[in-house]
Amino acid sequence: MFQMVEEPLDIQAVVKHVSDPAAGAVVTFVGTVRDHARGKRVLSLEYEAYPEMAERMLQRIHEEIRARWDVCKIAVVHRMGRLQVGEVSVVIAVSSAHREEAFKACRYAIDRTKEMVPIWKKEVYEDGECWIGEGGG
Amino acid sequence: MTVNVRFFAIARQTVGEREVEVELKEGSTVQSLWEALLKRFPRLHPMSGSLKLAVNWDYVQPEAVLCDGDEVAVIPPVSGG
Repeated sequence: MFQMVEEPLDIQAVVKHVSDPAAGAVVTFVGTVRDHARGKRVLSLEYEAYPEMAERMLQRIHEEIRARWDVCKIAVVHRMGRLQVGEVSVVIAVSSAHREEAFKACRYAIDRTKEMVPIWKKEVYEDGECWIGEGGG
Repeated sequence: MTVNVRFFAIARQTVGEREVEVELKEGSTVQSLWEALLKRFPRLHPMSGSLKLAVNWDYVQPEAVLCDGDEVAVIPPVSGG
């Protein structure tokens, strides 16, 4: 499952999506909006995507994971639009027979997402705003 | 031929457009499109080193050849997560 959604993310629903009778482990990554960055107080974040390409890149990450590790299921759900501090921006869940593959694949999924999926965030401060890029997120 | 160019995030904000059409000679490369875009939107110059181009929803090299009707996207450094 690869989705970009406007509404608040339901972590349990993403975890349920990767449930599998063959799995002995589910590893999740939950990204949340932090109240500070670059020495400034962050009030909110705004996410924008190029949805058609983002879906294709998430599908590619899925294939890369399957080529590297024996996992059961993978789910990535990313929120779009304006998010307040503390809200969940991304949920990744991976299930596998044994925990090692799920841990590695989950880490890989978030790292590759940050590297190649066309999604952008803008930090909104008390005195302005700034598009974030090049590993600054 | 004509290609459609979409701008995102800081690139969209900088050029002030979401989407433009660009006329090119048959057989033009991504590099020649990029030069045409810089001429049309000189404000992209300062960030040009950090921008990537995608054609039909995938990253491409500058020497890739464009076709009529291609969808090109100007991709600033991504920052999802």
